[in-house]
Amino acid sequence: MHNVIQAVILGVLIGGVYALMASGLTLVFGIMKVINVAQGALVILAAYLSYALFTHLHVDPFLSILVVTPAMFVLGVLVQVVFVRTLRGPDASELSLLVTWALALGIEGVLSVIFKTTFRATNPSYANRSWDVLGYQVSEVRVLAFCASAVLLLLLSVLLTRTRFGRSVRATVQNPTAAALLGVDERRVSTIGFGIGVSMAAAAGAVYGVLYPFNPGSHYDLISRLLSIVVLGGLGSLGGAVVAALLMGVTEAVVAVEISPTWAAFSFFVVLLVVLLVRPQGIFGLRERTL
Amino acid sequence: MSRATAASLVRGGAFAAAGIAFPFVVHAAWIVNIGVLTLMYATLATAWNLFSGYTGYISLGQVAFFGLGAYTLGISFEHFGIGSGYNPLFALPVVGAGVALASLPVAWIALRTRHMTFAIVTLTLLFVVQQLAFNLHSLTHGSSGLMLPTPTFDIASYDRPFYLAMLALLLAALGLCWIVLRSKLGLMLLAIREDEEKARGLGVRVTGAKLVAWWLSIAITAMAGGVWAYYLTFIYPESAVDPLVMIGAVLMTFLGGRGTLWGPAIGAFVLVPAQQYLLTRLGASELYLVGYSAVFMVVLLVLPRGILPSLRDAIERTRERRRTHGKRITRREAAA
Repeated sequence: MHNVIQAVILGVLIGGVYALMASGLTLVFGIMKVINVAQGALVILAAYLSYALFTHLHVDPFLSILVVTPAMFVLGVLVQVVFVRTLRGPDASELSLLVTWALALGIEGVLSVIFKTTFRATNPSYANRSWDVLGYQVSEVRVLAFCASAVLLLLLSVLLTRTRFGRSVRATVQNPTAAALLGVDERRVSTIGFGIGVSMAAAAGAVYGVLYPFNPGSHYDLISRLLSIVVLGGLGSLGGAVVAALLMGVTEAVVAVEISPTWAAFSFFVVLLVVLLVRPQGIFGLRERTL
Repeated sequence: MSRATAASLVRGGAFAAAGIAFPFVVHAAWIVNIGVLTLMYATLATAWNLFSGYTGYISLGQVAFFGLGAYTLGISFEHFGIGSGYNPLFALPVVGAGVALASLPVAWIALRTRHMTFAIVTLTLLFVVQQLAFNLHSLTHGSSGLMLPTPTFDIASYDRPFYLAMLALLLAALGLCWIVLRSKLGLMLLAIREDEEKARGLGVRVTGAKLVAWWLSIAITAMAGGVWAYYLTFIYPESAVDPLVMIGAVLMTFLGGRGTLWGPAIGAFVLVPAQQYLLTRLGASELYLVGYSAVFMVVLLVLPRGILPSLRDAIERTRERRRTHGKRITRREAAA
């Protein structure tokens, strides 16, 4: 039992970071029906940026979120304008899947040219410290990572529910045509929305670099998890993504201690297939009507 | 036989003849090697098109079954003894049919979801199979890779049997596509691509049609995987289930023209030699990746409909212009 509870704690802490990455993915899908396959690569890019800031300028990885996030927001806006907006026609959604995949390959390639393919990790002095809470080991960086993710997710939800911009985002998610008729500037919402989606990847990336060793190819592992999370939660549902991410974290951690670590990553795919068998639209997803 | 049927048969026959003659005329091993790869990608792209191009459901996981085919053949060497020389190649149809049959339950679950979700679920399949190849150590030897017995072919023309096997697969794939396009199944698939709800309302058995197309597509893909494994004699999880192979096949289909008969093969014939050239010139796989993604972007953003449809449009337009031009002259003559 002790092991299971320890695993659940670990799973929740990890799941929080994945929730942050997935929130950007599902937000972008909600607004413009675009699946950003490059989300994983953008996380890795941010991890490298934060790594570079840490090794060269000794900036704390958690502080570097404040630098990396705005920079990647600009990058996200550029990507949306150059690659995503140019796609038109009935296949635009499917084409965007492939364009962002190509973008992911491009990022992987550029990172491998600059940093080579050896694994890196951002190692601040507190990386290996942990607290002892009621007999359970709780790693300091994981708690920090979880808190940072929770704060950012909270900020995102405040942005979406309490501001004028958030209202236009939600309107576009629900019904783009009606929103446009009521004066929502869809292009602006899409561009800024994409930027925000990428910033979430950026913030999570800075944290990811502290938690795991990474190399340019790590984005495949990330994107397969992130896509499973957003599909499981229901495409476009922010709450669904958070629940699914926590579910994934806990499932993997528990399978790792109770069955075998080699099957941990696999277990979540089984959960995904079973859920899709019962609810093809995901846990909190709405049925796609047309598309 | 109608004229169109005769014309396509002649076209197919000429292509087959040229394809068979090629390795007997050109002996340089490195060229035949590029030929094998080109035919492999042409087969994969054509098979991908058979499902995704005709139904409009973009599957990003076909390469998972390429890997399954490769591993199935490799594992049968160890456990069943399927002979040497040409014999393993004759076992391929069984491998293909079996892998495709085994994929049906998963395909059924995935096809319950709609387009975008389907694409994502198939993409995760790719990672599932790769993970399985890592984890089922007793069968696949995990990350240390699976060694196949060295084929007992003459060194001087070592690549030729594989070339011919891939060519046979490509011809089979093209033949299947041709038959499907002219059959009732083809019409059903087209109806699904245009408007699935309406098709269902009209009594088209949409799930059945999609599954048949999926089965055919996967069977060919898995067989190509088998030939590839036997050719390389060494496979490991990252090489057998390589997202780059998947994206390559998709890219070639887009370049040539989705939903057309010859488009995917044409895309492969343009891209694979170029890709091999890039690979030898740039060497370092990092720069190669950057070049590859750049080509992909350009194709998607500039020529999203593909070579064949764009070409067809251009020809149509010039014909139209000539016709109206001709009319104008006759009108002027009439006035005179």
